[in-house]
Amino acid sequence: MDLVKVKNLSRTFDVSKPWLNRVIERQPKLFLKAVSEVDFDIAERSTYALVGESGSGKSTIGRMLVGLLTPSGGNVEIEGVDLANETDAAKVAAVRADIQMIFQDPYASLNPRWRVRDIIVEPVLARGGETKGLAERLLEQVGLSAEDAGKFPHEFSGGQRQRICIARALSSEPRLIVCDEPTSALDVSVQAQVLNLMSDLKDSFGLTYLLISHDLTVVQHMADRIGVLYLGRLVEEADPDTLFSDPKHPYTQMLLEAAPRLDAFGREVVPPEGEIPNPIDPPTGCAFHPRCPLAVDRCRAERPELREVGTSRAACHLAE
Amino acid sequence: MTEPVLSIRDLSVEIPTRKGIVCPVDSVSYDIAPGEILGVVGESGAGKSMAGNAVIGLLNPPARIAKGEIWLNGTRIDQLSGDAMRRLRGKEIGMVFQDPLTSLNPLLQIGDQLTETMLTHLDISRSEAEKRAIAALQEVGIPGAADRLNSYPHEFSGGMRQRVVIALALCAEPSLIIADEPTTALDVSVQAQIVALLKKLCRERGTAIMLITHDMGVIAEAADRVAVMYAGRLAELGPVREILTSPSHPYTDGLMASTPLASRGKSRLHQIPGSMPRLNAIPDGCAFNPRCPYAADKCRHDPGPQGVEGRAACWFPIVRERTA
Amino acid sequence: MTDTPVPKTAPVRDKSRFAVAMESDFIYAFKRSPVAIISTIVVLTLVLSAVFAPLIATTNPFDPASLNLMNGFTAPMEPNAFTGDTFLLGTDDQGRDVFSTILYGMRISLFVGVAAVLFAMVLGITLGLISGYFGGWTETIIMRTADVQLTFPSILVAMLIFGIAKGITPVEYRDQMAIWVLILAIGLSDWVQFARVVRSATLVEKSKDYVAAARLIGRKPGAIMLRHILPNVLSPVLVIATISLALAIIAEATLSFLGVGAPPTQPSLGTLIRIGQGFLFSGEWWILLFPAVTLLALALSVNLLGDWLRDALNPRLR
Repeated sequence: MDLVKVKNLSRTFDVSKPWLNRVIERQPKLFLKAVSEVDFDIAERSTYALVGESGSGKSTIGRMLVGLLTPSGGNVEIEGVDLANETDAAKVAAVRADIQMIFQDPYASLNPRWRVRDIIVEPVLARGGETKGLAERLLEQVGLSAEDAGKFPHEFSGGQRQRICIARALSSEPRLIVCDEPTSALDVSVQAQVLNLMSDLKDSFGLTYLLISHDLTVVQHMADRIGVLYLGRLVEEADPDTLFSDPKHPYTQMLLEAAPRLDAFGREVVPPEGEIPNPIDPPTGCAFHPRCPLAVDRCRAERPELREVGTSRAACHLAE
Repeated sequence: MTEPVLSIRDLSVEIPTRKGIVCPVDSVSYDIAPGEILGVVGESGAGKSMAGNAVIGLLNPPARIAKGEIWLNGTRIDQLSGDAMRRLRGKEIGMVFQDPLTSLNPLLQIGDQLTETMLTHLDISRSEAEKRAIAALQEVGIPGAADRLNSYPHEFSGGMRQRVVIALALCAEPSLIIADEPTTALDVSVQAQIVALLKKLCRERGTAIMLITHDMGVIAEAADRVAVMYAGRLAELGPVREILTSPSHPYTDGLMASTPLASRGKSRLHQIPGSMPRLNAIPDGCAFNPRCPYAADKCRHDPGPQGVEGRAACWFPIVRERTA
Repeated sequence: MTDTPVPKTAPVRDKSRFAVAMESDFIYAFKRSPVAIISTIVVLTLVLSAVFAPLIATTNPFDPASLNLMNGFTAPMEPNAFTGDTFLLGTDDQGRDVFSTILYGMRISLFVGVAAVLFAMVLGITLGLISGYFGGWTETIIMRTADVQLTFPSILVAMLIFGIAKGITPVEYRDQMAIWVLILAIGLSDWVQFARVVRSATLVEKSKDYVAAARLIGRKPGAIMLRHILPNVLSPVLVIATISLALAIIAEATLSFLGVGAPPTQPSLGTLIRIGQGFLFSGEWWILLFPAVTLLALALSVNLLGDWLRDALNPRLR
């Protein structure tokens, strides 16, 4: 069963200069389309990963899912409730209670003036739940000790802080956790601890993850299904084995080729061409065509739709 | 063997704090040969950047060199005055940092920054300097180099900016470039471009590069030799293939095993328990002993041998059958 | 993770906030700074002697019954020619003990200063939080108002407000109201810097993920501003409040000196200086000098403390 259905999701940001500057300099309003017509489903108790480089819109999608941003178009349906259009506030609140988030920077995501106990139980407290002993229990579940509840965040290392964030996310007993680059601020040895912890908790709590990352190795290790984003659009979606052994989209191929590999001593990569274009003014047709080694005229004119290619989905005219 | 470009001997850096003196770099020795990329790898707090800063004389006070020697092309440089060190930076040592904006003056056109640097360090005319500036920008792969001399740093994208920094670092033809996390702030595709560029410079110009990074993948692809640091000490040092495929220090071994790899499938990752100790709480004996699966009593009291080429800083190094 | 095994005994009591604070770099830096220690001592001495003025002062200068006009113009430490009474710091024209008038005057100066800063602080923090958190038109209106106000010298703003308030207060209440009008005037002229600092700090804090974490569980903006953001923007506010306190005390003295502040029936340090300057050239220097020195010591030590606070709380200067 699909816990999350994302349909045609778009988000535009107004990046115009202030009104007065626009009037004086006679400039039009500028819009940045961070996410365009993305759709995917997340099966219950699975891990869906979104990968992409900067400007791909992966974090924006995550923030729309948890309700920190409202979509400009399309919708997000969680547990069968369309969050943007549902009018029954109680229903929305019930669904919202089932969603939590883990952030990238473990230093900024914990209020430095609060004790760990208060941080962890806040999601429960916000709904008026019972919190006695909850923080202590959760701390032990994430591998810290009950005594840590009385400490302040600055007394912990980055990895320990990320565990506290996980404990906070678990406190309201969510079904879906959006993990936005949960380990990219952590060292490799600590990353392994956190990833293992996430896997364990997924099994014991029956969680569903949306994992947002730029790190292909992390995604490959964790995900059941992977969506690759480029300039706000889903360009390919596949299960990890297929994606890594047989990538359909030239962008995915480029990413896999460019990613540094541990076993590639002195490998001579032909580095990819060009850089990510300015998302305010994306290329016509397929956004990847200026960097694509295979691009033909059709790619410059016509934007490819996401279509099924084998067990994958890819947005490329030439994929087969 | 050729004379090394940079030679660090028994270097220690200390910072006096109110709770006593901490030692972010502790008795570290390594050499870099001409045309060689030495990867210095370690997690945050390992002291890898601090060692690099000590070499270029950019330690933030109160941090200071406690003991040891730094030799550059046969000259001892750790006791040079501030002025002499400033002349040396730029001329003999180029620097590339994680954030390209810290090395570029936002108010100066990049052409001016390049020519000024050359005029300061090289005995050439202004027109010659301008010619070389264009050549340097071309060499680092900036399209339309001649037209971009008049651009300001903010007009470049992140990857292009890092290329400009590299051009700036090498324009005075230094024998050593210290690159501190040069690709960390960049996207994967751009990172690959920068790594390829560094390798090319190293090969074509014979510049020695000290590549400081936390990314084992970058080390594997770029470095010839690698120095693994842990808690300020050198855990082990050697040819990159040897260290990464058959590490003899348990820390390197754990680090390699905890990296997710396709070949390992979905099984649980190996994890090293605990985390890098804080500087003011480095354990007695071997700094790694509380996290080490093989730690014995000896490890808890005696720091063990110093890490040098071919010998890990460990009482009980992992011995493997080397597959040729 | 610390790998030390956790003994499963009764829960350890959390370290109190006080204990945590005492171990902080802040207290450490304080102990190392002679300037901070000396100015704290001076401020504390002055504040305590102002608060306990009725216990310390030899006479109550506001009680006409305790005054003896014969004691007028007694020099410090010299017996009066007529009555033989000696006064530590001498007396003024009406025979009021200068030492006592300073203590009582300082009370009024400090009260007006502290109350004005508190008022400016509450107003500034509220408006700063609101404009930083909500942005948009709310922010534009609040911050542009602040900008406009900044273009006038604050003493001018205070005089303007004071003048208006005086104009609309009935004559018989004027003296009673003077102190409160003074507080209002100085406070209103001073909220801008609090609002600016709080707004920019709020912008920084708002973008941090702990605020996002609170938003996504459905915390309301008011709760987020008060419970999450406010505690994290207070350190710069503390610095400004201290420096503002010195400025407010001086502003009050200036207004009183100009005759638009505290009335002679409730003289503040500024009023005392105004009274005293009339006698400077006739040889009764002590009537001016001692209140002036007290004002100087108070303003200077509060200011030094503020400067030190700014350095100590600024992580970039460490």
